[in-house]
Amino acid sequence: MVTAALRTEPAPATPRQADPLGLSIRGVSHQFDLDGGILPVLDDVSLDAAPGEFVALLGPSGCGKSTLLRLVAGLDRPTRGEVLGDGQAITAPHPSRVVVFQDPTLYPWRTVWRNVSLGLEAQGILSRERGRVEAALNLVGLGAFAKAYPHQLSGGMAQRVALARALVNDPRLLVLDEPLGKLDSLTRLQMQSELVSLWQRAGFTALLVTHDVEEALFMADRVIVFSDRPARVAADVRVDLPHPRHRGDLRFGELRRLILGHLGLEATW
Amino acid sequence: MTDILADAPGREADFAAALKDLSFTGILAASAFAAAAAFSLIWDDVGDWGRTREFALILAGVAAGLFLASVLAPWHAGLAAKVTHRAPWALALGLFFAAWEITTAKFNILPQPFFPPPQAIFEVFTDDFAKLGASILASVKLHATGYAIGAVAGFLLGVSIGWSRAVGYWAHPILRFVGPLPATAWLPIAFFVFPTSHSASVFLIALATAFPTTVLTWSGIAAVPSAYYDIARTLGANSRFLVLKVAIPAALPHVFVGLFMGLGSSFAVLVVAELLGVKAGLGWYLQWAQGWASYANMYAALLVMTVLCSTLMTILFRLRDRVLSWQKGIVKW
Repeated sequence: MVTAALRTEPAPATPRQADPLGLSIRGVSHQFDLDGGILPVLDDVSLDAAPGEFVALLGPSGCGKSTLLRLVAGLDRPTRGEVLGDGQAITAPHPSRVVVFQDPTLYPWRTVWRNVSLGLEAQGILSRERGRVEAALNLVGLGAFAKAYPHQLSGGMAQRVALARALVNDPRLLVLDEPLGKLDSLTRLQMQSELVSLWQRAGFTALLVTHDVEEALFMADRVIVFSDRPARVAADVRVDLPHPRHRGDLRFGELRRLILGHLGLEATW
Repeated sequence: MTDILADAPGREADFAAALKDLSFTGILAASAFAAAAAFSLIWDDVGDWGRTREFALILAGVAAGLFLASVLAPWHAGLAAKVTHRAPWALALGLFFAAWEITTAKFNILPQPFFPPPQAIFEVFTDDFAKLGASILASVKLHATGYAIGAVAGFLLGVSIGWSRAVGYWAHPILRFVGPLPATAWLPIAFFVFPTSHSASVFLIALATAFPTTVLTWSGIAAVPSAYYDIARTLGANSRFLVLKVAIPAALPHVFVGLFMGLGSSFAVLVVAELLGVKAGLGWYLQWAQGWASYANMYAALLVMTVLCSTLMTILFRLRDRVLSWQKGIVKW
């Protein structure tokens, strides 16, 4: 169904060029107050992402990567330290920094079109920017499904709709929280390439959380490896490979080995 | 039947093929209605009922209609499906009317006047329609006012409790304490607190509707996944947008459950209020008819009530199907 839809679409539409955001995380620590205790999740994390850079955050499950994304999105405030976008403190959510979560979280009562138009509607600019909705849908190859309801879509299609819902806002920073985590492996590989090509064409800064070493290496300019909870930056690895990348590449394998080493998994190599 | 027609040659074979599709249950149902009509006309009534002839003619009309539909069915696929589907019920109804006619008006087997014959109930509709119609109108108006107020108030209160911590703090204990009490328990108080029995009844019907609507709306709002809000917030939504475009649409399936429950309890309150205090409406008509031992009028009023309640339920289901058309596997009424 997905591939059929892709084939019937015309050549991918060109996204509008974003003015990418420079991201700076300075000495951020964060903790949760639980019943009768404090759970530290981030420990003095500092990292920068240059405008237009694709940075992957890699670490074991539950290490606090997603918490960091919520801080970057402005959904939560850090306990200590600061999160800066172009030098300004990030204190609240803004449509220029959009998150795509692991679950597509589409609104089941809205059609695909009305899910994608959500951001424009919330900002009160839908009536004069309607064309952007269709453009975003074409960008992810789902122009023909504008009138479908979420329950009629496959997992991969739903995640594409979530992506279109983010892209329609011309984000300066796209935050991807394991967006491909629940897709089947074939759809996953296909969407990794699609995401890279979208990022190359639109030029936004991308922050991808994943626990898949190969995915991080395939897509990102830099891979930042986190330790177990509370998360600290364990390594910052530059991926010096041109796009499109190939998983069988010699250098790809070397980097993979290096990163697994940082994760304490050399033995699996 | 195939062995009877097995040796029929040529033209009769076509006829036999058509006969095979004939709805025999449909014809049986027509016969049952015809029998009921015949009993009504042939034998004399044991009592004095004025509309026996007219009622028999209606039964005969139904019988003729059923017969025509059954005979024409083989030539019309849509009609055939309808006849096949409805014939068993039509047969049961025909037998019921025949039995009813025999056991009441003709042989007086069931004690009179407690079990009036069908023509007596029919007579109420033809000869007492002015009073019955006025009662229907009064009931419908009373119920519509009370239910609308209760539904709107319950919805607004439920959204407020679900959304605002302060409203929840004050409203929750009251709701828990007062809500489970049946609205009818307030009846004696309501009738002297309110200036008219009509306004008291509106209040009670609204109360009966509002409680389930409030609780279900509230639980619907409380059950909205926080991820829905996160999504909207990162896309630039303000809190007005979060309530109107996220929380309320997400809670609507729950709201409708509350509205259904409210509809059920509002019927109960309507009837009790009309039986006990209001000087109009179907409940009052029922009471009045009982006072005069006019049992046929009571059955007629009950019949009207049944049709009204069932119609309102159907309307609410239709509305829900329309509003929640995005849901899959929705229950059909």
